[in-house]
Amino acid sequence: MRRFLFFIPLIISLIIGLFSIWSLLSGRDPASIPSALVNNKVPEFQLGPIPGINLMGLSNEDISKSQKITVLNFFASWCIPCSAEHSSLKKLALKEDIFLVGVNYKDTAKDASEWLNKLGNPYVRTGFDSSGRIGIEWGISGVPETFIIDKNGIILNRFSGPLLDVQFEEFEKTLMGHLNES
Amino acid sequence: MSPKLFISITSFLITIVILAGASLAVEPDEILSDPELELRAREISADVRCVVCQNEPIDSSNSGVARDLRILIRERLSAGDSDAEVLDFLVKRYGDFVLFKPPLKYTTYVLWFSPVIFLFFGTLILFRVFKRAALISEQKDNSIIHKNKTSTHANLEE
Repeated sequence: MRRFLFFIPLIISLIIGLFSIWSLLSGRDPASIPSALVNNKVPEFQLGPIPGINLMGLSNEDISKSQKITVLNFFASWCIPCSAEHSSLKKLALKEDIFLVGVNYKDTAKDASEWLNKLGNPYVRTGFDSSGRIGIEWGISGVPETFIIDKNGIILNRFSGPLLDVQFEEFEKTLMGHLNES
Repeated sequence: MSPKLFISITSFLITIVILAGASLAVEPDEILSDPELELRAREISADVRCVVCQNEPIDSSNSGVARDLRILIRERLSAGDSDAEVLDFLVKRYGDFVLFKPPLKYTTYVLWFSPVIFLFFGTLILFRVFKRAALISEQKDNSIIHKNKTSTHANLEE
């Protein structure tokens, strides 16, 4: 019994050590915030179009009535990572079996329309959320953020940050998984 | 130092400390005219974590989202929401993560109760250690007395 007690510090330090190694190797990011919306219905919202752009606005009904898997991307012209991930969104726009929509977050009509005209528009519909109020409804902490939503309007995944390289691969893999299921 | 000088320096320092506390992120246009509601809003926003700069409450964060949430909290309070309803509104959108004080539920039992368990076992171990130490020293005392007795006997016999 007393022999065993001598090993307790060793066992505890082993547990702490293994946990540290796991934290380093698993790619776990303690700063990432899990979304509270996953597995819930899309929040109710209704947004007008971006003035000066020939695209319709966006509401939760558009998403639930789309009959397709929806990819919703929050973006802004002032957000550099959004420009960086723009080519990934253009690639996604080629897929016909998804409903790719955007919400323009805390932007001005002029900047947003110029930005879309310059880089090209990948979205079928875009909502204009100049106050950022709908962003709060979706629990976003910044832009870009991208949600995958099923045909019934249930939120499946949230990706925070630009869809580039590894993140885009992971996003595509997740999306393809959902497309194959349905 | 004369008492007068001492008082004036102390009151100057106290004023500085109070003013330092007032220089927070809440901007004048956010503040509600009703001081009671404003106080509740301040108390709530001190307990809500900013989602951008995660070690700061939204009450002292300068980020845009924190400002939006502060304004939103004030809107909901003005509309007649209770404190719990406001927090519930935020948790629904951002998750338990935004609360500095995690709620008590089955996923947080370990977090809440492990200190009590550690305290219990720690006290238990301490008690055993002290008891054993006391026992050992008692035995030592006894054996010393015994030795002394035998030696005195021996001395007497000599």
